[in-house]
Amino acid sequence: MSTTFWIIIAGAIATYLTRIGGHLVISRFENIHPRVEAGLNAVPAAVLTTLVAPELLNAGPAEWAALVVTAVVSLRGGLMSMFLAGAAVLILARQFVG
Amino acid sequence: MATDAISESGAKSDFWQGVRLSMPVVVASAPFAVLFGALAVDNGFSVFEAFLMSALVFGGASQMVGIQLFGQHVAPWLIVLSIFAVNFRHVLYSAGIGRRIAHWPIIEQALGYFILTDPQFAVAEARAQSGQTVGFAWYLGLGLPVYVFWVIESALGAVFGKLIPDTHALGIDFLLPIYFLGLVLGFRKRPLWLPVVIASAAASIIAYKTVGSPWHVSIGAIAGVLLAVILPPHHSGVKAQP
Repeated sequence: MSTTFWIIIAGAIATYLTRIGGHLVISRFENIHPRVEAGLNAVPAAVLTTLVAPELLNAGPAEWAALVVTAVVSLRGGLMSMFLAGAAVLILARQFVG
Repeated sequence: MATDAISESGAKSDFWQGVRLSMPVVVASAPFAVLFGALAVDNGFSVFEAFLMSALVFGGASQMVGIQLFGQHVAPWLIVLSIFAVNFRHVLYSAGIGRRIAHWPIIEQALGYFILTDPQFAVAEARAQSGQTVGFAWYLGLGLPVYVFWVIESALGAVFGKLIPDTHALGIDFLLPIYFLGLVLGFRKRPLWLPVVIASAAASIIAYKTVGSPWHVSIGAIAGVLLAVILPPHHSGVKAQP
């Protein structure tokens, strides 16, 4: 088998370890300390924010318009309507401001 | 027998409810799957290898980083380490979601962790937070379409990659940030949401500027989680233990 093949296999194993590892560590404790539970509850907002925030550094008018519309629609609509609204504004705005 | 039939049809409708929620993810990730396939072949992967990586790793950003480094002839161990670094945030997802799916049989759990991506975690966590159980059928309905489309589109991208039109005009590069912003806002009713978001945003931007990608993700995430850990638990709506 080629080197590429083994890189893919090793990368897949490394990835699976990250996906099961947190659970394996946490499940060793019988009681979850309230502070740990508070930390776990913060995970979605904390991690997902880091996937958006640095993008703001490079965002132009079209991107900002899309994000603002996404935020406004998300206050009322569901995930799908918010996503479609944001994407539509982005594509439209990029036709004008590139 | 009657109860069997009821629970089976319940599982079926749960599955389709999950499928419905998976659709935005399928749409948002499609361009990246095609792009990944095209770039993979461009960087020296065969079509089969591009397909294999999507099928076994199933993590968009890490796959992009992997083929990028591969194209630059970086040492194999460093490529694997980079894939690990980009995917490291899943450790936090794994620790969080474990509480929700601990009642599944072990094989289903093993499979559940395999498809634990960013949207999979966020949508499942939101369901658990709203007081509903996260069942295997629902979870699979949410994850399976994303996986199947991801793998097929990667292979298509590898075969037809050169035909991709202007990705910038189509807004492809910015679809995922839009989707992730929607997910972040979906958690806004959680205690401590705003302080956590501010801490993570500030830390990830600083880390992005100084340490660089992909470490800004783990550093930013740890900053937000630490804030919730350090503040007294009642701020997080967690009852203190006697």
